Order: sequence, then C-alpha cells, then structure tokens
Amino acid sequence: MTLLLASLCIILAGGVLAALTHRNERLSTGMALTGLLAGSTLGLLTAIGVLARGEDLALRIPWSMPMGSFSIGVDPISAFFVLPVLALSSLAGVYGASYLKAWSGKKNLGACWFFFNVLVASMVLVFVARNGVLFLIAWEVMALASYFLVVFEDEKEEVRQAGRTYLVATHLGTAGLLILFLMLGQSSGSLDFDAMRLAPGSRGAASVAFLLAVIGFGTKAGFMPFHVWLPEAHPASPSHVSAVMSGVMIKTGIYGLVRTMTFLGSPPPWWGWTILAIGVSSGVLGVVFALAQHDLKRLLAYHSVENIGIIALGLGVGLLGKSYGLPAMTYLGFAGAMLHVVNHAIFKGLLFLGAGAIGHAAHSLEIDRMGGLLKRMPWTGGLFLVGSIAICGLPPLNGFVSELLIYLGALKGIVSLGAAGTAACAIVIAALALIGGLAAACFTKAFGVLFLGEPRSKQSASAIEAAWAMRIPMIVLAAGCAGIGLLGPILIGGLRGVVAAAADLPPADVAVPAIATDSMRWIVLGAAALLACVGALVFLRWRLLVGRSVTTATTWDCGYAAPNTRMQYTASGFAQPLTGLFHFVLRTRRRYAPPGGLFPEASSLATHTADPMYKSVYEPLFAGWGRVLAKQRWLQSGQMQLYVLYIALTLLLLLVWKLA
Amino acid sequence: MNAASIVPVASAIFLAPLLLGIVNRTKALFAGRRGQPLLQGYHDLGKLLRKGAVYSGTTTWVFRAGPIIGLAAVSVSLLLVPFAGVRALAAFPGDLVLFAYLLALVRFFAVLAALDTGSSFEGMGASREVTYSALAEPALLLGLATLARRGGGLCLSDGYASVRLFDFGPSGGLPLLLIGAAFFVVYLAENARIPFDDPNTHLELTMIHEVMVLDHGGPDLAFVQYAGALKLWVLGALVTGILLPIRTGHVALDLAVGLIGMVVLAIGTGCVESGMARQRLNRVPQLLVAATVLSGLALMLVLR
Amino acid sequence: MTDWIDAAIALVVLSNLRLLGTSRLAACIRIVAVQGIILGLLPILFHAGNLTLRVALQATASMITKGVVFPWLLTRAMRGADTRREIDPIVGYTPSLLVGGALLGVALWLGWRLPLPVPAGSQFMIAVSLFTIMVGLFMIVARRMAITQVLGYLAMENGIYTFGLAFAEKEPLLVEMGILLDVFVAVFVMGIMIYHINREFDHIDTDRMSELRG
Repeated sequence: MTLLLASLCIILAGGVLAALTHRNERLSTGMALTGLLAGSTLGLLTAIGVLARGEDLALRIPWSMPMGSFSIGVDPISAFFVLPVLALSSLAGVYGASYLKAWSGKKNLGACWFFFNVLVASMVLVFVARNGVLFLIAWEVMALASYFLVVFEDEKEEVRQAGRTYLVATHLGTAGLLILFLMLGQSSGSLDFDAMRLAPGSRGAASVAFLLAVIGFGTKAGFMPFHVWLPEAHPASPSHVSAVMSGVMIKTGIYGLVRTMTFLGSPPPWWGWTILAIGVSSGVLGVVFALAQHDLKRLLAYHSVENIGIIALGLGVGLLGKSYGLPAMTYLGFAGAMLHVVNHAIFKGLLFLGAGAIGHAAHSLEIDRMGGLLKRMPWTGGLFLVGSIAICGLPPLNGFVSELLIYLGALKGIVSLGAAGTAACAIVIAALALIGGLAAACFTKAFGVLFLGEPRSKQSASAIEAAWAMRIPMIVLAAGCAGIGLLGPILIGGLRGVVAAAADLPPADVAVPAIATDSMRWIVLGAAALLACVGALVFLRWRLLVGRSVTTATTWDCGYAAPNTRMQYTASGFAQPLTGLFHFVLRTRRRYAPPGGLFPEASSLATHTADPMYKSVYEPLFAGWGRVLAKQRWLQSGQMQLYVLYIALTLLLLLVWKLA
Repeated sequence: MNAASIVPVASAIFLAPLLLGIVNRTKALFAGRRGQPLLQGYHDLGKLLRKGAVYSGTTTWVFRAGPIIGLAAVSVSLLLVPFAGVRALAAFPGDLVLFAYLLALVRFFAVLAALDTGSSFEGMGASREVTYSALAEPALLLGLATLARRGGGLCLSDGYASVRLFDFGPSGGLPLLLIGAAFFVVYLAENARIPFDDPNTHLELTMIHEVMVLDHGGPDLAFVQYAGALKLWVLGALVTGILLPIRTGHVALDLAVGLIGMVVLAIGTGCVESGMARQRLNRVPQLLVAATVLSGLALMLVLR
Repeated sequence: MTDWIDAAIALVVLSNLRLLGTSRLAACIRIVAVQGIILGLLPILFHAGNLTLRVALQATASMITKGVVFPWLLTRAMRGADTRREIDPIVGYTPSLLVGGALLGVALWLGWRLPLPVPAGSQFMIAVSLFTIMVGLFMIVARRMAITQVLGYLAMENGIYTFGLAFAEKEPLLVEMGILLDVFVAVFVMGIMIYHINREFDHIDTDRMSELRG
C-alpha cells in the first residue's frame, strides 16, 4: 500500500518539479518523465501484486474533513483499472516528450507536464479512493487537470470552445455524482465505501441512485446522449493527452458505474435493459457518426463512444445474467466488458498516438487531404493498421477476444433464458454484428485513405516518419494488441477476481465457465492456423514467382493513360453509401456548387455533420438558460460592498433557517 | 472431431472451383449457349499460377498481403463449418462468431488492397462492398444465434446437427425456412452474385467485387479467385445445411447427399441469376435489412 | 391444424413486412389481397373438423370481397389516377422495414403481456393482429398517396378481423361483416374520390390537400 502512496507522490513530485523548472525545457521534461515512469513502475507492481495474490490492500488516515477520511484501498477492480492507466500514461508520456518538441519555446511545457502528471495521479486516486469525499475531490482534480490539457493550444478559438464544452459537461456530471453520494451517505450514515450499502428493502432509492450514476458517470464515459464533450475535447488536445483521455480517463466513468452498482444490491432486470439500451445507442450511433467525420481525431473520438457502447453491452449482459440467475452469462458479460476496457485503452491509445504522428508529419488531420502515407511513414502505417484491425474486433487481435466474450454471454443467454432475456441477447448480438460491420467500413476508410493510394496534398507527399521516441510507445501498444489476442486462455482465468468484485459476488461462488476456457483455447488455435496459412501462402507465392517476371506498372484505370491523384476515391465518397443510409440520424448538411456552363470551372462540395445532441438539445437548452440568467444580471453590480452584503445576508439567512 | 470431419474439408478444397463451373453452365443453358467447360475454374487457376506478376507502382505491401490473408482466413473458416450433419473439425462454443469475423477479415483486407491501388473504380467497389457487408452481418449472426437456440448448444455444429428433415412440418419448419431464406440472401450478397452484383458485367462502374480485384494478376489473382470459390462453398454449406437436411444416419451416405446438395444449390444459384435482374444499388440495403428481419422473425418463432 | 394456422399467421407477418418494403402500388394491392385471402382461410382452418355451411359461406364472402373486389376497385382507381408507384414517402422503405421489425417486437411483447385469455388457434394470434393493426396505422401515417392510405386502412381492418377471430370463432364473423360493409363503402368512395381528385388536380398527393384550406 505504501508502495502505491509512494508512487502517487513520485508522480506528483515529478509534475511539481517540472512546473518549477519550466524555463529549462529539457530539464523540466526529464523531471516529469522520470517521476512518471518511476511512479508508474511502483504503481504497476502494486496493482499486479493485488491481481496475482487476489487479496485487497487498504489504508486509512484520519482526515479533518467533514464526512471525509483519507481512506484508500486496492481491490481487484481498482487494480484492474489502475493497470492500463499507468501503462498507457507512461507510454503516452514517453511519446509526449518527443511530440511536444514542436511547441518548444512557444508554450510553457512545464505547465503542460505538471497537469499531465496531476491527471495521471488523480486518475489513480479515483480508482483507489474508498471515501465519497476523497473520490469527488480526486474526480474534480482529474477534470480540471484534463481541462487545462485540452486547452493547451488556447490561442485557437475552437480549442477554447471545446474546453468550455468539456468543463460544463463534466461539471453537470459531477453534479449528478454529488447528489448520488449525498443520497448514499444519508441512507448508510457514512461516506466510506465499505459502509456504503443501501438497505435491501429500498428499491426505489436504489433505482434513483442507479439512474444518477448512469447520468453522472455516463457523462464522463461518453454514453450516447451525454457524449457531446468527447468529439469536441479529444481533437482539441495534444495527441498524447487525447490517447490518455480517450484510452483511460473516460473509463473512470465505467469504473464509477461498476463501483456504485456494488453498493446498490441485486439489480432488477430493467437496469440491465437500461445499460443495454445505452450500449446499443452509443455503439451503433457512435460508429455511424464516426463514419461521417472528416477529421481523424474526431473520428477516433466517436469511436470511443462506440467502444464505450460495447463495454456497456457487456455490462448489460452481465447484469441481466445476474438478474436472471445465470452465472455463466454474468461471468462472460462482465469479463468481456472488463477486458474491453483494457483492450480499448491499448488500441485507442495506439491509434491516437498514430494520429499525432500523422498530424506532426503532414500538419493536418483532415483525412481527405492525406494519402500514400504508408510509403512515407512505414512504421506508423503498419502500427496504425494493427490498431485498426484490433478496434474492428477482427481476429487474431485483442478486440476480438473481448467482443467474443460478450457474444458468448449473449449466446448463453439466448440458449438458456426465457423470452424477454432472449430478446435482450438477440439485440446484443445484432447490435454487435452491425457495429462490427460499420467499424470495419470506418477503419478501411480511415486507413485506406490516409495511408494507401497516392498523396492528395503537398503536405502528405512530403511527410516523414516519426521519431523513434514516438514510435517505440506505439510498438509496445501494438505488441499489447497481439499479446492479449493470443493470451485469451490465461486471461480468462485471471479475470476471475475482477469479475467477482465487479459483479459484487463472493469470489468463491464465481467459477470460470467451461465454455469460455474452451472457446479461448480454440481461438488461439485458430489464430495459429491463420498465421500458419499466411506463412505457407507467402512462401508459396515467393516460390512461384522465383525466376518469373515481376514488373511494376501504373494502376489500371480503364485505359486512361494519365491517372492523377485527384481521381482517387475520397474518404467522404467512400463512406457516402452508408452515411446516406443513416441520413435520418446524421442530418449531414451539404453545400454543393455544381459545375455549370459550357466550360465549367470551379465547383465544390462540402459536407458537415454536426452532432445532433449538441445542436438540437444542448445548445437550445443552454441558450434558454442563458436568457433566464441574463435577466438576473442586475445582481452583478461590480461593487465590492454589495458583494460583501450578499455574503453577509446569505450567512444570516442560513443561520435563521437553521435555528428557526 | 473424427475422421469423417476431414472429408468435407478435403472436398471443399478440391471441389470448390467446380461449383462456379456448375453455376456458369446453368446460366449458359438458360441462355441457350453451350457454355464453358465445367472445369474452367481449374484451368483458370492453373493458368494464373503459371504467370508472373505485375504490380502497380502506387501499391504497397498491403496490396500484396490482401490475397494471402484473404485466402488464409477463408481456409481457416472452412474448418469451422459443419457439412451434411458431420461435425466440423473445429467445433467449439462461439465458433460462429469466429466464422463471421474471419469472413470480415477477408473483406477488410480485400477492401484495403483495392484502396491501395488508388484507382477510383476500385475505391468505388470497395465502398459498396463495405456497405453491403455491414448490413449482411447482423442477418448472418442473428440467424446463427437462432440455430443455436434451436439446438441448445453454443456452436455451429450443434445448431446444424439439430436440423432434421422431418422438422419441416408447417410450423417447426417455418423458422428454418426463414433462416434458410435469410442465409440464401447473405450467400448471394457475400459472394457477389445477382441480384447484388453481376459477376459477368463488363462495365467497371457497375461492378462491386470484380472491380476490387482489377489490379491483381498472376498468383495473386489465383489466390483471390480460389478464396472466392471457397467462400462460395462455406456459405453454401450453411444454406444447404438448413434447406436440405437429409440425414440417413450413415456418414458416407450423408456426405454424398451433402455434396449433391451443394450441386443443387449451385444449379439453384444459376437459376436465380438467369431469372432475375440485378437490383438497383439503392435497393440492395433494403434486401439485406429484410434478411435481418427474417432472421429476427425466425428467432421470435423459435422462442415459444 | 395448429401447424397450418401458424404457417398462415407467419405468412400474414411476412406480407405485412413486404407491404412496408415496396413502392409499387400494384404489388401493395396484391399483397393486401393475399392477406385477405389467407385470413379468410383461417376460420375454415379453425373448423376443419366440423365445417358448417354458414362458416364456409361467410369465409368465402370475406375472401371474395377482400381478395377480389377490393383489389379490383383499387387497381381501377390506380389506373384511373395513372400512378404506378409511391415516389416520395414520408418514411423511406428501408427505415419502414426497420420500423416494421421494431413494431413486430412491440406487438409480440404486448401479446405476451396483455391480460387476455389464451386465444384459439395459435398463441401468436393476438400479437399478429396487433402487428397488422400497427402496420396499417403506420402505412396511413408514413405514405402520401391516397391509395396507399386506403391499403393501410385495409391492413388495419385485417388486423381487427384477426383479433376478433382469436376469441370468439362464430360471432366475429358477424362483427366482421359490419366492418367489411363500412370498409367496402370507404373503398368505393375513395375509388371515386381518387378518380375525381386526380382529374381535378392532376395528382393524388394527400399532403397537398391542405392547400385547399380556406
């Protein structure tokens, strides 16, 4: 436990030192990175220890805070979430050291590092906090640190706008959490997590608490109606920060939801249904909106919404399994969801880092201006391809393993449950299948247009490969994708403690279902067979082509002699059949100036897909609220004396109210 | 797993190109032509394997990886498919998911290889391919899940083993008929047959699958074509397993019946292609959504 | 016999889905006609063992009206209006199919949940009747042409008929006769109306009727 505290202190110290030495950028970066790496190593050791030994750690320090105590603990869920946070953050840190050089001398990098380290430490604290007050403080620090990282390039108006959106969204979520914790604290008499249990009889209160948790934590996680900040904030921040925010920070929402549910007793089926519905809407709509995006990082941000949807589908399957008393389904659902948390951290981290490398090399993230980058950036390209295959859930990489677990849970439900449960599971299967198909469309679009074909602009033609310091973290993450893909049989057993804790079941009652181990073993065999086939075919083709003519020509374009790069299919064109099909949700706006006259000259087509929740729900809502508040502006006189009067009056009124 | 499970794999490996020959022969008969020899597929493969290769200067290793990963993935999916009531070589819980995702992997790399050429035609084909396959996926997986519910097991072989000819009373057979219809639609869509795509068209603008492989040649094209034949076989096996479930209890006889079933399916495909026109492109999604609804309806009927 | 009844019911479901997915008016008319004939067969299937002349006659009358007379009237109206297909529906055909799938789920759920006695013939009777009614209503809401709206009305009538059939096997035929008469008059009037609207305005788009407001 002390090891973990030490780790937190080292990370924070690194950040503080970096801020103090900001005049010397090399020194400052070195300080922050050393603190981050050393602290992370210690933290990782603690987390792995807890997972391996299966015993919980706890520490409690008295604290003069009303209702608060500095109580922290590491149980399997905490350890399981801490693992990707520290691993991905250190890799992103290494990457960032090289990435931020582009702003050397223009920006205060020391401050950036300070907030980065504070963000990492506060995320860890969120996962290990065992007291409501401490949890909320860590939560708030995390939100603020990430806000300052989002507005790193604050000279740009759209970045400031994104920062504001993020700040408002996250505080709306926090408001929900505040009520939630007050409610839980009131009914259990303490804000310590150990004591925080709702009485078994209070179904109504539990349901309210559940909904509050879904809204409060769902805002951070990016559940579909509350996701509006994600596609704004992720593209605005520096890429290594996007990787951390999208890869692990939004998972604090999932963690919070899972943790809160352990306080609320056994779930009625409609909780499972609610999470499922959120999973379907986030998953399907997330990927549909991703398809319509032109900016690479916005596209990736919408894919985070999609993957959070997949995680929610897993949780929903697990919850339904618990409600209907089907242990195998419970295990598979929760295991799939938990594993997908880690998997998403790995491949989304990889993809955001890849996006950063592209942004550096080509000075743009607009997909339609890219092309042919694979020849110029072979490493980044290959690694981005690995990430793309993984995020589409294709075998033999890690995305497939976690999705397969969720599928298995749903199939188990279909085979064993009554009508309502089967219908839920059928929805899960259909949704996952559709998400898989659409994700494949989206990433063939992204990878194909970015990296393949010919360059579509000067910037992409003159792109150069990223530095080794940026490549190595990506290589590690890609190895993680392959590793988890092949280690399924080991992982499925290793997840037992985590699943037991997440599903709030006594560990002794939780057994790894035989179908899961069986299935995992076979898919490793399948992956091996696939690789063997590939090897054999590579050899066969090489053997066949030995001594024959292998020549290079131009691409066949129906005899047209001078194909030029502008004739290639664009990303928007590639996605058009699907976006057209989903026009009823996307509401894409087109501005089209068709070629006209006998000698047509300029013509143009621009499409823009705004987020409908942002445009048609939140914007009018806030505009209306703003109008209401504008009428209260007379309160703001700008005179000091009046403000003191307000404070005094408020205090007086409170006193009167309390004593009356 | 038993020795009989190897026979379907072996027959697929050797007989898959024959299916296309039968389809083409049927179409020729309808058109009043004599048609190409039944073994034309084998001749084509042999010819292509003896050639050298020409690659576009635009392409990268992704283009060369496409055909290889495609053929490898289809070959692995072959091991997962039960045939004529005989269990698959690899039958395990959730194999239906691996099966569907292996086919998705094939598509993923075929599409990337097409985009790698930078040709506008191939980009167009790729775009259509991903659109239709994204919609076909739910139909396939929902149908397979329904079979699992019927059979009570989590693997393809269990689901298919539970299909018996005498189930085809008007009520017990109804879900099966619906799944069979949905799978037939998926089979036609995934294999780029009429009414989704015309394998014989000569205009690049109207092609889907064919236009994606325009730039492949020599051994690469042979791999692509052979993978296409195998894919026709595996999806065909899924269809015949439901619509022609004649089980005699005698393995050799069952296998023979299964092979005859594949021939019947190939002839049926030829008949469909001769009797139908190609759908307009914007009508295709509707057909695939309808297949999904059929699968869902089958599940509801099985539920009671 | 339950097997055959189930099969007939499933055919009704499929015909509803087909009705949602097609734009050709002639095909829509045919589908509704087929639906009417299948539903007309149902009472005969119910009484397969003890078929009375009364049931047979009533069923035949219903089949002839819904399977022959209505389609003929509607086809005439269609010819008269010189339209072949619904060009620009309010809800497109692929989304309509999806809505149809969702409605089917809702109908099945309602069918399980409604506190009704177990219906005669098949346990799906209630669900399917609700589904048919919903599809009919959806057609009326989601299509612009007067003819398709009449078809939706007919589908709805088919649903009500199925619902009645599920509970009492003899009486509904009487009720049905009453409804049938109403619908007959409605279709007849619609046929004349469509013809005259078309002659007057050169289209039968009901949306644009609102322009007539004073």
